[in-house]
Amino acid sequence: MNAKIYQNKKYIVFFLIPAFLFMLVYLYVPFITNIMNSFKNIKYLASPSDVWQKPFFENYVKMLHDPKIAIALKNTGIMILATIIGEVGIAIILALLVSNVKKGADFYRITFFFPIVISATALALLFNLVFLYDKGMVNQFLQFIGYLDKESNELIDWKTVHPLFTMMLPIIWQYVGFYFVIILTAISGISNEYYEAAALDGASKFQQAWYVTLPLIRNSIATCAVLAVTGALKVFDLPWTMFVNGMSNTWLTGTYMYSKVQTDVDYASAIAVGIVVLGALLSVVANIIFKRKSDYEI
Amino acid sequence: MKEKKTKKSTVILYIILTLWSLTTIVPLAWSVMNSFKDKKAIYNNSFSLPIGHLFSLDNYRNIFENYDILKAYRNSFIISGAVAILVILLAGMAAYIMTRYNFRGKRVLSILLYAGMMFPVYSTIIPVMRMQSSWGIVNTEHVGLNLLSVILPQVAGNMSFAIIVLSNYFESVPMELEEAAYIEGCGMFRNYFNVVVPLSKSSFATVGIFAFLWSYNDLFTQMFFLRTKDNWAITILLNNIASKEGVNYGALFSSVTLIVVPVLLVYIALQKYIIKGMTAGAVKG
Repeated sequence: MNAKIYQNKKYIVFFLIPAFLFMLVYLYVPFITNIMNSFKNIKYLASPSDVWQKPFFENYVKMLHDPKIAIALKNTGIMILATIIGEVGIAIILALLVSNVKKGADFYRITFFFPIVISATALALLFNLVFLYDKGMVNQFLQFIGYLDKESNELIDWKTVHPLFTMMLPIIWQYVGFYFVIILTAISGISNEYYEAAALDGASKFQQAWYVTLPLIRNSIATCAVLAVTGALKVFDLPWTMFVNGMSNTWLTGTYMYSKVQTDVDYASAIAVGIVVLGALLSVVANIIFKRKSDYEI
Repeated sequence: MKEKKTKKSTVILYIILTLWSLTTIVPLAWSVMNSFKDKKAIYNNSFSLPIGHLFSLDNYRNIFENYDILKAYRNSFIISGAVAILVILLAGMAAYIMTRYNFRGKRVLSILLYAGMMFPVYSTIIPVMRMQSSWGIVNTEHVGLNLLSVILPQVAGNMSFAIIVLSNYFESVPMELEEAAYIEGCGMFRNYFNVVVPLSKSSFATVGIFAFLWSYNDLFTQMFFLRTKDNWAITILLNNIASKEGVNYGALFSSVTLIVVPVLLVYIALQKYIIKGMTAGAVKG
C-alpha cells in the first residue's frame, strides 16, 4: 500500500504529536495517577498526595463496607438490566417494525433519535415536570383515563414512591433511538435474497424476523448490549439534576463518586477505579453472552 | 381476504411506531406550551394551547431577569465551538498519518487509541483537576482561562473517537489523487490540507457536530471547572435553575424550552450528519 510519496516520514511527528500529546496529558497519565491516588491519603482536591494509606488498599476495604456503595451497585445493576431489556429490547422491536414500513421511515428515525441530542440536564428538568406530584403530565393523564380518581384528586408522588422508576425511565427512553438507529442500519445491510428465499419457503413476516433478521444482526445486538452496559455505569447528569436537592436511595456509581470528590478525594478515586474495573468486566461478560454464536451462518 | 389481513397489520404497525414517536414529541410540546402560561394557567389548563388570556411571557421575563442566559449561551458556544474545531484539526492530522504511513510504534499508538475510548471521565477527572489547578487555569478571575480549563479535557475526551472515525473515512479516499498532487510537487502538508481535507468535508462535519453536542450537553466536566456565575455554561446554569426554582414550574418550563429549542432546530437542519455522527463509532466498532 505504501506508494513512494508515503516514504518521506520526516514531518509526520508534527501531525501526530498534538493529538497524542493531548491524550497523554489528559487521559493516560491521569488514568494512572488516579489509580495511584486511590491508594494514597489526600485531604483536599488541591493538597499534595505523598502519604500512602495504611494498609495501602484501605479505600477498597472501606468500599466493601460502605452501605451507600451497596445501594449504588444495586441500583446500577437494576439499571443495567433495565437498559438491556428496555433500551435494546424496545430498539430491536421498533427497528424490525420500521424495516417493514415503506413510508415514513425517515420521520420515525428523526423523532426516535431526537432525545439523544438533548442534554440529560434538560431532560431531568423536563421529566421532573412530567412526573410532578400535582398537575404533572403523568398524573393528569392517569386521572384522565380513570386510573386515578379525579373527584378526590388522587395523585401519585412518583419521585418519592417510585424514585428508581422515575429516574430510569427517562434514561431508557432517551437512548432507545440510539440503539434503534444502529440496529436499523444493520437490518438494512441484510441482502434481500434471504427474505425472498424465506418467503418462498412460506415463512411469515414474523418468522422471517425471528429466523432471518435476528440471527443475522446478532453482532450488532451484542455491540448495543456492551454499549448499554458501559453506558449505564457512566450515567451522571440526569440523576444528578433530577435529584438536585438530595438523594437517598437513588445513588448510582457515578453520582456517588462525585458526591465524595469534595470530602474524600482518595476514596472518590478508588470508586472511579471500581467503575472502570466493573465496566471492563461487564463488557467482557456481555460479549461472551451475546456473541457466542457470532459465526452463525445461514 | 389475505389483502385485508396485511392491511390491518400495517395499520397496527404504524400505530405502534407513531405512539413511540409521540412519547418523544409530546413531553417537549407540553413543556413549550406551558412555558407561555402563568402559574394559574399551568395549574388549571396544562394541556390547552397558550392562546388568548392564557398567553403570558412572564416566565421568560423572570428567567432573563434572574439568570444570565445569554452569557451562558455565549460561554457554551465558546467552549463547544473550540472543542469541535480543535478536535477536527488535531484528530484529522493524526488520522491521516495513521491511515497513510507505516512507522515504528504505529501498533502501540493504535492500541492506545482504542484504550483512550475506554476511560470514563470519572477515572481521569480528579488528577486533571489537580493538574490544571497547579497550572493556575482553574477558578481564576479570567473567564477565558476558566473556559479553557473545560475545553482542554473535553478535546482529549473526544480525540480517540474522532481519530477512529476519520481514519475509517480516509481509508476510502483514493490515494491516486495524492500521488498526482505529489508529482506536481505537493508535500505532506499541502497534500493533506489541499487534497484530502476538501474530499472529506462530510466526515469532518460529522465528527465536529458530535464533539460540539457532546461538549454542549456535558454537565460533569463543567461541575468541576465552572464554579462561579460568570463562567457558567448552559447545562450548569440549568442545574442551578433546577435547584433554585424547585416549585416555580413556569420558570422550569421556560428554561427547558430555551435550552432545547435551539438544539432542536439545529438537529432538524443537520439530522443526517448528527445521526451518522452519534452512531458512527458504534457501527464501525
